[in-house]
Amino acid sequence: MDNIKFVIEKSSRIQSLIDDLYENMPEIESARGILVTESYKNTEDLPIIKRRSACFSHILKNIPIVIRDKELVVGSATVHPRGCQVFPEYSFEWLEAEFDTVEKRSADPFYISEQTKKELRDAYSYWKGKTTSDLAKANMAPEAYEAFVTHGMFTPGNYFYNGIGHVNVNYEKILKVGYRGIIEEAQKAIDKLEVYCPEYMRRMNFLTAVIESAEAVILYAKRYSALAKEMAEKESDYERREELLQIAKNCERVPEYGATSFYEACQSFWFIQLLLQVESSGHSISPGRFDQYMYPFYKKDLDEGKISREQAQELIDCIWVKLNDINKVRDAVSADGFAGYGMFQNLIVGGQNIYGMDATNDLSYMCLEASMHVPLPQPSISIRVWNGSPEDLLIKAGALTRLGTGLPAYYNDEVIIPSMMQRGVTLEDARDYCIIGCVEPQKGAKTDGWHDAAFFNMCRPLELVFTQGVDKGVQIGPRTKDVLEMTSFEEFYNAYKEQQSYFIKLLVNANNAIDVAHATRCPLPFQSSMVDDCIGRGKSLQEGGAIYNFTGPQGFGIANNTDGLIAIRKLVFEDKVLTMQEFKQAMDNNFGYGYVGQGAINVTSEIAKELSKKGIPVNEEIVSAIYKNVTTAGTLSSAEKRKYQEVKRLIDEECPKYGNDIYEVDMFARDVANTYTKEVEKYKNPRGGMFQAGLYPVSANVPLGTQTGATPDGRLAFTPIADGIGPASGRDRKGPTATANSVSKLEQDVASNGTLLNQKFHPSALQGNSGLSKFVALIRSYFDQKGMHMQFNVVTRETLLDAQKNPENYKTLVVRVAGYSALFTTLSKSLQDDIIARTEQGF
Amino acid sequence: MDYLNTSGRIFNIQRFSIHDGPGIRTIVFFKGCYMRCAWCCNPESQSYEIEEMFEAGVKKIVGKDVLVKDLIPEILLDVPYYRRSGGGVTLSGGEVLAQPEFARDLLRALKAEGLHTAIETTLNAPQEHIEEILPYLDLCLMDIKHINSNKHKEFTTAPNERILENAKKVANSGVELIIRTPVIPTFNDTAEEIKAISKFASSLPGVKEHHLLPYHRLGFDKYSGLGRKYSLEDIEPPTKEKMEYLKSVAEESGLKIQIGG
Repeated sequence: MDNIKFVIEKSSRIQSLIDDLYENMPEIESARGILVTESYKNTEDLPIIKRRSACFSHILKNIPIVIRDKELVVGSATVHPRGCQVFPEYSFEWLEAEFDTVEKRSADPFYISEQTKKELRDAYSYWKGKTTSDLAKANMAPEAYEAFVTHGMFTPGNYFYNGIGHVNVNYEKILKVGYRGIIEEAQKAIDKLEVYCPEYMRRMNFLTAVIESAEAVILYAKRYSALAKEMAEKESDYERREELLQIAKNCERVPEYGATSFYEACQSFWFIQLLLQVESSGHSISPGRFDQYMYPFYKKDLDEGKISREQAQELIDCIWVKLNDINKVRDAVSADGFAGYGMFQNLIVGGQNIYGMDATNDLSYMCLEASMHVPLPQPSISIRVWNGSPEDLLIKAGALTRLGTGLPAYYNDEVIIPSMMQRGVTLEDARDYCIIGCVEPQKGAKTDGWHDAAFFNMCRPLELVFTQGVDKGVQIGPRTKDVLEMTSFEEFYNAYKEQQSYFIKLLVNANNAIDVAHATRCPLPFQSSMVDDCIGRGKSLQEGGAIYNFTGPQGFGIANNTDGLIAIRKLVFEDKVLTMQEFKQAMDNNFGYGYVGQGAINVTSEIAKELSKKGIPVNEEIVSAIYKNVTTAGTLSSAEKRKYQEVKRLIDEECPKYGNDIYEVDMFARDVANTYTKEVEKYKNPRGGMFQAGLYPVSANVPLGTQTGATPDGRLAFTPIADGIGPASGRDRKGPTATANSVSKLEQDVASNGTLLNQKFHPSALQGNSGLSKFVALIRSYFDQKGMHMQFNVVTRETLLDAQKNPENYKTLVVRVAGYSALFTTLSKSLQDDIIARTEQGF
Repeated sequence: MDYLNTSGRIFNIQRFSIHDGPGIRTIVFFKGCYMRCAWCCNPESQSYEIEEMFEAGVKKIVGKDVLVKDLIPEILLDVPYYRRSGGGVTLSGGEVLAQPEFARDLLRALKAEGLHTAIETTLNAPQEHIEEILPYLDLCLMDIKHINSNKHKEFTTAPNERILENAKKVANSGVELIIRTPVIPTFNDTAEEIKAISKFASSLPGVKEHHLLPYHRLGFDKYSGLGRKYSLEDIEPPTKEKMEYLKSVAEESGLKIQIGG
């Protein structure tokens, strides 16, 4: 039935590697934490960049190494599979506080032994006041810090507590010339350095730090070579012994020198990818255009008969497994936002080459095939699409989408290339873009993009319009006019823009404070050695060594704000069916409904605290009575409830909504999005670059929704904010083409830090070659209309079972069976069961 | 341009339809049908009258009168998708041919926009009505439910002689014709019955495909929503194995047999 290109059988080794990796709960290890502390204690008199290379070198010389059973590509940051190391130089207090709970938490638990806890406590005692986080806090304007920490107006927490990551380095160069080549390049720069040059000290320190880091990496690989040799000697199985000897040979040569075979290139690639994540804790270390820089090695071996497609596929699959061996422990709150042990190592296939021609090759297909063989979260595989993309590559991508892992994500060259050029990236560089982390376009190997710089919840400034800038009893925003005295919608809309612009300024301050803290305390010589033009400029990436420098904070909540502003305009100012007073009162009372979830728990505990402050004893009975009131809006009379619920009904039923292909509404959404994107791009960062906005929440629309009260679009308090740039949940009623048409009205190219559109599908929509062709046509049509990104959740049997249990989360889930479609949740139980059974059967 | 002002009665417009003709399509559902098939999954399509139906407990008016020119803008919203996928517009029902003028004029307007057109029909209509729409039609998706006229009448309320006669008419006109059969247990799900339909289909000039659509109960909730009784309550949908078997039997006709639309 299907006719998919490059279907290659999965070797039995791969499943066994996967099974071993997932056998146990991941574990926190202490080695790096101890080593970095030891090194820092011994280097207090050195400049920071030299301290960084000294500690990197100390770690690589001493960290335990391990070759796992059946591995062909070796190198592990931890002894335990999927384990993680710690990075106290960025922050540590949160982990110490969670030592006893991290194993039991629901999102991303980690095992930690008593011995490790003790060792880390000892190490941590050194770090108080010395971290990037400590310095960032000190750097920040107090009002920015308060807006971030106390009021949750925006959250730059990721870089406040961790490394930056979010980079693509010059893999191609290392594969060709090895770290020996880097050392030579740095040495040449040193040789040319004149002693009278005012930058002599900075350049000399940086370049010698680069050399020390590169030497450390070479040594680290040789430790693996020796270990493989030692294991080979003890190995009784002939085949495995041969494999280990080959591994020993590979690690002897790469990454010190250029790779001479595809296998060596794979091993060299892996050392780069691994050690970037040992040097720093930043996630989204993205391999980028793997199919491009690996291709010459594959082609040569294939042409010379040294490798078969099956062997090459097995090596790629091995790398895919290894990408899941790297892990990171986050604080409990962030773990909720990034649930699923996400490392966001984005790897992209296809698209144009620097000449503007299609770059697809065998490896483009084989990478997609690898993601079918290894159905794990890493790599975050992406595909570049343009008018010249071969249909069969997209069909293969569709076949991967059909598996329901949410991969790959689709990107549109025709929007991203001009979007990057408007930011000063050259045409050739823009054509060579890759994706970093979730959805952020970057010219690899030349950029410090600081993507994912913060989440900015656009619903919060709108909330502050109603309180004249007051949150939690404090005047944190501008004192805009009392909404009850406003006489036109324009007044209201301008107040929103004024609130938002103010908090964007604070966001910029917070980001820049953190930026400077990283440059001051954690410059990264190893990472910098592989991004142009750090060696030429003689400074690290963190100090502005890259050719392109950006800061990309992402806004979200466009759909809620659009629908809400339109509701206010229509109901209060145009039709005058409600007064502003009535509208505000209904919102203040959550439209007459009880609170839900975590929000209800938070409100309950706040009320309980208030009571005990007043000296009223609060026991369990009282708490449960409060909780009952909170969840049922029990303090309201039934007349009040009816009144407030009627306001929600008017919003829900009488006001048009974004996502339904209504031109005026969608164009207003475009304007709302621009209130964020066009404001952000006014600002500059300390690395000599500019701010550029993204429009996507990752999954933070859920946790940050629990901090957001009822919104004027009829969204109840503490429920999720709209996902990505798509319509608010349950508001789109006209299917995927209408949604895509609406979303394509946004000026997505201004959001050059990336946008995100999620679509849901039933597997029957992708059935057979004809289903896949139509799926590809849907993507191409959205992209014809200047959509930037699209990804798909294909509904699996498990989803449908969940939808039966929690219908409120699946209001717009459309299922299709044999020429008929229906909203799943409106069907009777027995019919739902029928459909679930059919989902398995595939017709 | 008078044809743009022709009025008709529809009950739904569905975008992103991918099982009702080639590519990505928009379907316009006509209200009113000549027959009353026991398994009909759109019972609200049968009566021409505008009626009330409860959907998930909410009362909804089914059916509205529209002019041809009112439908065009919504249909054009998905032109980028038709173009990329080779899709277009399908008129379905109810029975499209029960509103012959509206069908003709809507198809004419769609052709004027350069769109691919299809209808889903049983062709149970006077010959002259069919002849009038053929110039504006690219594809006819025609149901043949049974070869035995008595049995056809028993389950659908109509005999099949005119239907089979009209099938020949369309086949001879040069408009692409695909035969579809809903496979309904207890009605037409034996090898002999399916084989007979496939054999007839293969005798029609130009017909290359016969689609077997497995019975489903998705219309079930709508019957109670309309306050009507569903007479096939105890019938289970055919299994995948059964469908594969019927497919292999039908393939003896030499046609391309497909399960599902």
